[in-house]
Amino acid sequence: MTAATALDWVTVCPFDRLDPDRGVAALVAGVQVAIFRTADGLYAIDNLDPVSGAYVLSRGIVGSRGEVPTVASPLHKQVYDLRTGDCLDLPGVCVARHQARCHNGMVEVRLRQEG
Amino acid sequence: MTGGNVVVIGNGMVGQRFVDALRARDAQRRWRVTVLAEESRPAYDRVRLSAYFDGADEQDLNLHTPHDGVELRLGEPATVVDRSRQVVTTTRGAYPYDVLVFATGSYPFVPPVPGADLTGVFVYRTLDDLAAIRRYAEDRRTGAVIGGGLLGLEAANALRLLGLTTSVVEFAPRLMPVQVDTAGGAMLRRYVEDLDVTCHLGVATTALRPDTDGSVTALELADGAVLDTDLVVVAAGIRPRDDLARVAGLDVGPRGGVLVDTTCRSTDERIYAIGECAAVDGTCYGLVAPGYAMAEVVADRLVGGSATFPGADTATKLKLLGVDVASFGDAHGTEPGCLDVTWTDPAARVYAKLVLSDDASTLLGGVLVGDASAYPTLRASVGGPLPAAPLALLVGDDAVGATAGTLPATAQVCSCNAVTRADIDTAIADGCADVAALKACTRAGTSCGSCVPMLKQLLDAAGVVQSKALCEHFDVSRQELFDIVRVRGIRTFSRLIAEHGRGRGCDICKPVVASILASLGNGHILDGEQASLQDTNDHFLANLQRDGSYSVVPRIPGGEITPEKLIVIGEVARDFNLYTKITGGQRIDLFGARVDQLPQIWRRLVDAGFESGHAYGKALRTVKSCVGSTWCRYGVQDSVGLAVALELRYRGLRAPHKIKSAVSGCARECAEARSKDFGIIATETGWNLYLGGNGGFRPRHADLFATDLSTETLVTLIDRFLMYYVRTADRLQRTAAWIEAMDGGLDHLRAVIVDDSLGLCAELDDAMARHVVSYSDEWRDVLADADRLRRFTSFVNAPEIPDPSITFVTERGQPVPVGGHSSDTQGRQPVTLGLPEVRR
Ligand code: SRM
Ligand SMILES: Cc1cc2nc3c(=O)[nH]c(=O)nc-3n(C[C@H](O)[C@H](O)[C@H](O)COP(=O)(O)OP(=O)(O)OC[C@H]3O[C@@H](n4cnc5c(N)ncnc54)[C@H](O)[C@@H]3O)c2cc1C
Ligand code: SF4
Ligand code: FES
Repeated sequence: MTAATALDWVTVCPFDRLDPDRGVAALVAGVQVAIFRTADGLYAIDNLDPVSGAYVLSRGIVGSRGEVPTVASPLHKQVYDLRTGDCLDLPGVCVARHQARCHNGMVEVRLRQEG
Repeated sequence: MTGGNVVVIGNGMVGQRFVDALRARDAQRRWRVTVLAEESRPAYDRVRLSAYFDGADEQDLNLHTPHDGVELRLGEPATVVDRSRQVVTTTRGAYPYDVLVFATGSYPFVPPVPGADLTGVFVYRTLDDLAAIRRYAEDRRTGAVIGGGLLGLEAANALRLLGLTTSVVEFAPRLMPVQVDTAGGAMLRRYVEDLDVTCHLGVATTALRPDTDGSVTALELADGAVLDTDLVVVAAGIRPRDDLARVAGLDVGPRGGVLVDTTCRSTDERIYAIGECAAVDGTCYGLVAPGYAMAEVVADRLVGGSATFPGADTATKLKLLGVDVASFGDAHGTEPGCLDVTWTDPAARVYAKLVLSDDASTLLGGVLVGDASAYPTLRASVGGPLPAAPLALLVGDDAVGATAGTLPATAQVCSCNAVTRADIDTAIADGCADVAALKACTRAGTSCGSCVPMLKQLLDAAGVVQSKALCEHFDVSRQELFDIVRVRGIRTFSRLIAEHGRGRGCDICKPVVASILASLGNGHILDGEQASLQDTNDHFLANLQRDGSYSVVPRIPGGEITPEKLIVIGEVARDFNLYTKITGGQRIDLFGARVDQLPQIWRRLVDAGFESGHAYGKALRTVKSCVGSTWCRYGVQDSVGLAVALELRYRGLRAPHKIKSAVSGCARECAEARSKDFGIIATETGWNLYLGGNGGFRPRHADLFATDLSTETLVTLIDRFLMYYVRTADRLQRTAAWIEAMDGGLDHLRAVIVDDSLGLCAELDDAMARHVVSYSDEWRDVLADADRLRRFTSFVNAPEIPDPSITFVTERGQPVPVGGHSSDTQGRQPVTLGLPEVRR
């Protein structure tokens, strides 16, 4: 499978349930998603840390590297681009990214399955 | 000849350096090396021998590195050298050689006065000597040193540190007659007498008087005076150990020492001599640097090189009894027609002299007493023009900084290792960007360390910027950030980064700022914006494990716990299915809790009287204790009581890194206090305080900081130590590294927190007092606040569903993570525990 399949938007929680510059984990259609609220907007990526195999990315520290909004894995501190899911420290490593938006005061996520 | 057997006699500083140098050059291992050592321990740093009385032990002083193809035979002195058969004999065997190297050093010269062999008379050369002095001094009150030179003054300081009333007897009319001139000696004497060391100068010792039991009780001096003393150290000079060589028929120098040429070869072409036992062209050197140069020469020769001994710089810089003394070049102005420029400041207690050539164009030598900061530059300039006007060099704080960059390429920057400015510049050009890299690449700075400031300046001069920036978001160091936050009263990260940084922060600067805000007492660490700065451990007040679960560590102050509390821990662990382990910090760790279980677990623990153990924080961890005088038959103080009190006083204190402590009830040290950031060992009359120890990656024993303290003084000193550390250390710098990196080290620390040299003590005391009263248990506060509790859910949209990724298997009757022994994604292989089975 090469094309990305977009599924439906799923409502997760009220927007003010999210703290600025911090993440939460959500269970969306059986997938663990990490959702981050930053000054640049909402981002969603897989909660699975591909390096350690643990579901922890939502608990990482949010920040920036140059112009790139980032999150650092809380386990071993590899840094990921929140926009693309690419790991900035380990070439070739990336996490799946999803779409996130705020709609009528609610956070919504749409899973993307990339092949 | 470039291969075969080398036998080295002596494993002292120079013998060891020779073996290292040969191994570095002889990549093909053509030489097999046997080292015969008289002492029972491998080579140690004799130059720093006196550090033994500051708490350094054998391991701290160790210089020995094992090499393949090198056999070290300890406690096995050479007894005969048979040149015709080319064999060295010991009491245990015979060792044939193709090349023989003498590195036997010197022995202390004891003048032949009556009574020199009495009990209680010591020399000062080996660790065994110092250990014997320490033992004998134990219940003695007075001590005397014969000899007021470099060694004698070191010995005098040692006796002071051992608590003896000390005097020094010197035959010459001034102290350190070899190194300093009359005026310098007079200045030195003022310093020494201020430390209550009495000086008897210009007078010989004529006899040592015995007590009825045959131990020494007094010195008789040539002027008729009699000096009562319980212990005597003789430090009247050294003589080369050339007896074996003499017996073997080798030539010796006019003042002793195995006579060698500038290739360090003796009159037998198979035999070399290096270090203090060698007389190069007739001259013996009593310093380590020339010895090292000789070691390098012989190693080079053995692999076919053509190095020669270039003659030696006998410059010295020392800190004796806390006084800086330096002497270099023609310090006594023996050159005909030479000129002296002197500077005396009796108020500041500084004396300096420069010796210049008759036309004042060339620096020939000099003496510095009281302030030797100009020494590295001056020494490197000997033989050339002065790098600046004489007065500017001697006075003015940054004399060194102003001039290091102006040194000529040939100037020797590091005299211990014969490294020139050109060598340093080449290394910098090859990419060395800091002092550590320069040390590794050139060896400069690795011996006495006095050239390290110059290395820094040469890096500066070469335009290498040594960055102190915390990360890409802040250009300043942690310490500077701390001051900015404190002085400007900043309370949020967003204001700090807007005003003093850039970007949005990262996993480096955010926890640093969180820790600074916490150290300055800005309320609960999970309040408002602070929560978003915390590492996951602090964010959930628990330690993240490899599988995404957390561990729980309740505080058990001093390791003391009631049976009721033990039962509660057991019940909680059972009810929540937690893996349970006794930690190395005398408490209990419960593993495998999910985020959503943490509040429930803590509810039970807090109700039973437990509080957070801060295992997750860069904060005080544990104060371990031994059982102490309450139970132990050896205990002399209540170590458990003190440990509990200290743990409760400093609990919750946020710091640049974690802080650990321990209290032992007597010198047997069952609590391992010397491996802690601050360790306390009980004495008959109080407490000894040790600072700057740790285990971990680079273990280090803590240094003795103060002795026989009352509990009150002890606590004050620890308060200040911790607060000064919190304010000034770098990110993730433990106290050991912090003290090591401090200009002036332990002395500086002592000046700041004991003598209040920076006028900071009151502020530090206040800061700690504020910490103590404002402490409250982080977990209790979270449980009381619905807002803070909100984050402890597995899924924001499904709080009732536990994280399905956390599952366990059972091992030895307890739950552990699936695949917990390896992390396949990182390619690590599990090690199977293949223990042998015992069958009957
Ligand atoms: C549980 C324990 C091992 C045990 O089963 O005994 C342990 C476990 C951890 N140690 Fe430790 N250390 C434990 C005693 C020690 C000791 C021994 C001691 O304290 O007496 C040392 C050496 C002494 C020292 O610190 O100087 C020790 C040296 C380290 C180090 C290296 C520190 C260093 O300066 O080099 C780290 C890494 C760090 O902190 O950056 C570390 C880090 C860790 C961490 C926090 C690693 C991590 O970030 O996940 C481990 C997690 C604990 C957890 O999840 O609860 N642990 N660790 C011990 C907890 C003691 C306690 O009750 O608080
Ligand atoms: C307290 C003190 C402070 C000092 N401070 C300074 C200083 O600040 N700066 C400085 O440059 N120098 C200083 N020195 C001098 C410095 O330590 C020596 O120059 C240096 O150790 C010489 O090294 P070496 O290997 O020649 O001799 P040593 O280090 O003495 O080693 C010789 C070794 O050979 C062993 N040996 C002797 N005979 C035999 C045998 N027959 N068989 C086997 N082994 C044998 C001895 O036991 C000894 O271990 C100080 C010395 C002392 C004691
Ligand atoms: S350190 Fe001393 S008091 Fe403490 S247990 Fe050991 S022997 Fe006993
Ligand atoms: S001068 Fe001693 S280490 Fe450089």
